[in-house]
Amino acid sequence: MNVVLPSPVRAAFDADSEDAVVVNIGPSHPATHGTLQVIAALDGEKVQRVDVHCGYLHRGFEKECESHTWHNLMPYVDRLNYCSALINDFAYCDAVETLMGIEITPRCRYLRTLLSEYSRICDHLTCIAASLMELGAMTAFLYLVMLRDHMYEHLAALTGARVTYTYGRIGGLARDLPDGWLARLAEILVEFDEFTGRIHGLMDRNRIFIDRTRDVGMISTADALHWGFTGPILRSTGAAIDLRKDMPYLAYTELEFDVPVGINGDNYDRYYVRMREMDESIRMIRQLVPKLSPGPICVADRRCTFPDKALVYREIQSLINHFKLVMDGPQVPAGEVYVGHEAPNGELGFYLVSDGSGTPYKVHVRSPSFVHMGGLHKLLEGYQLADIIPTFGSVNMIGGECDR
Amino acid sequence: MRDTVLASLRDDFADTAKASIDRGALLLAVDPQEVIATATRLRRDYGFDLLLDVTAVDWPGRPLRFDVVWHFYSTTQRVRARMTTAVAEASPDVATLTGLYGSAGFMERECHDMYGIRFAGNADLRPILLYEGFVGHPLRKDYAKEHEQPLVPYRDER
Amino acid sequence: MSATIPITPVMAKGVHATRPSRSAAFEYLTTKKDELVGWGRKFSIFPYPFVTACCAMEFMAVSSTPYDTDRFGAALPRFSPRQSDLLMVVGTITHKQAPILLKVYEQMCEPKWVMAFGACATSGGFYQNYATLLGIDRIMPVDVYVPGCPPRPETVIDGIMQLQDRIARQRHPIVNDAF
Repeated sequence: MNVVLPSPVRAAFDADSEDAVVVNIGPSHPATHGTLQVIAALDGEKVQRVDVHCGYLHRGFEKECESHTWHNLMPYVDRLNYCSALINDFAYCDAVETLMGIEITPRCRYLRTLLSEYSRICDHLTCIAASLMELGAMTAFLYLVMLRDHMYEHLAALTGARVTYTYGRIGGLARDLPDGWLARLAEILVEFDEFTGRIHGLMDRNRIFIDRTRDVGMISTADALHWGFTGPILRSTGAAIDLRKDMPYLAYTELEFDVPVGINGDNYDRYYVRMREMDESIRMIRQLVPKLSPGPICVADRRCTFPDKALVYREIQSLINHFKLVMDGPQVPAGEVYVGHEAPNGELGFYLVSDGSGTPYKVHVRSPSFVHMGGLHKLLEGYQLADIIPTFGSVNMIGGECDR
Repeated sequence: MRDTVLASLRDDFADTAKASIDRGALLLAVDPQEVIATATRLRRDYGFDLLLDVTAVDWPGRPLRFDVVWHFYSTTQRVRARMTTAVAEASPDVATLTGLYGSAGFMERECHDMYGIRFAGNADLRPILLYEGFVGHPLRKDYAKEHEQPLVPYRDER
Repeated sequence: MSATIPITPVMAKGVHATRPSRSAAFEYLTTKKDELVGWGRKFSIFPYPFVTACCAMEFMAVSSTPYDTDRFGAALPRFSPRQSDLLMVVGTITHKQAPILLKVYEQMCEPKWVMAFGACATSGGFYQNYATLLGIDRIMPVDVYVPGCPPRPETVIDGIMQLQDRIARQRHPIVNDAF
């Protein structure tokens, strides 16, 4: 090819000005989970300066949302943090429901909480599996991905899809639990305990793992807050800051759970905080299953809930209701709202601006991964080149969420 | 308890901002020159230690076209705050908050990419989500959604 | 027997250029050689997983139990373009990423194949805006398109098997253009 391709980024520093080797890591790299470019200035093996470039997966989420109805854009929301797509769905639906003044039904509330915790487990499994694989622990990867695969198949039985579900609806959920779903859930929870027990046995006191992750990528609580870290990274520094406890939403006030915190804010703490958070999620799921009482999933509000298909074919008013909801979208009153949920990576916020129509005026995502990339240099500078990979893995940057 | 905290915050800020409470969050509408002072007060005096988000909203009909919006959170008081200011299209300049919050860096770069808001004092406003050579600001309402600016020329045959 | 009937082959796109006329015995030899090399190449694919987005989850799933690309010989990824032969473009390619993808493709040595894994790599998916490249075939030739958003692991395996059939049917010149 004769065409010279322009470089998409402008680095913050170049090799000639400093007595350091400048190395480019990414954006296509085996160990960067998600597409990210780190330009590092090295003194031997030690990282002096780091310039982080994201945006390689910027897919124009906000602009796309402005051309779709509030209901239609649900698949785009799914693909933000694609490891835990249900949490994105429910956070977005919560924001729209707040703007519309809708209160979801109790069954929907418990189901959403249960599925949020289930998604949180899937995300943490993916993060831990990938970061352990990068350290060479292939067995841990295979065990955890197999477990995650069972969860994917289980969620496919409920939603129809394995990875990106589009299961949340404004005012409710797409469909109710099929028969046997809860029985299979109980089986998976037992399997989970067995497999994570093995991972704990392989990793927790493993000399190599401790050497590679203890005291690597450390950050203090004050620094973490200054650079906008939330979620497991902030909790690994020792601060028990969790939106599920501090600003509870869904059914979290009715559940008993602990918020695991770390000691140093290093990679080991982030690994352990995630493992413990999964245990807490299992605890919450076990509390939620008995709370599920029969009832409607979607609120009986014509502004947002699609009428029953049989009625759509029989009655003119249901037909028109369905038509208006599909063509114009749910009419959301003018105003703005910011709703934040505790996603597996941190605070996932939706800032919605409505002009009163069925199409959003603005859908902005406050993405935890993006803000973490702004502070990533604090975790990388001063450590070794080989530490970049485990530190980056422990931060769990998800490209879809970071770049939107 | 949160309501009393919010009410006292609203009263405290009423002198320099249009303060109100909306859906459990403090809303502060300030002039562009009050941005740094208000943010400093929020951080230093009221414990809003997390800057969550910096974004903008485009209202093409208005003389002050852009609303720049900041979201804050206090981890100690568990309260949210939203600060907004309005700037014109001809001079979309506001002060940077990178001196107060490190997290402002990347978020201001994104806001600049998408809307063209210039953050005075932020020396690094390189494209972050877009790429070098991209012309225009896509989230403005007058940028056509499907207007692509490819870096690699397309092949002839498929 | 030395029948020298000139052969005017009908060339499909992507297959190497004109071959001179040869004897039937020679043709038999090259066919068998192609079958042997094709058999070897199709069962030892070294993918370069150019992973960007959500399809990565299904790529991870298809590489592990119970789907396992290792059964097809296509498990071991090689993250150097020099050492790999299948470029699996997994996930959305944006305009910012396109130069990097093209650079990786051009650095790969022949024979190389390209798999568009997922709807976004195939046609841009449901993103149609300023940022997304509407399908990688706008910038490089693609051998197999695997649809799905993200594709189920079985779909990916079907794609790999179809690619294997394609590799088996291809000509594999090793020594020179004729053999």
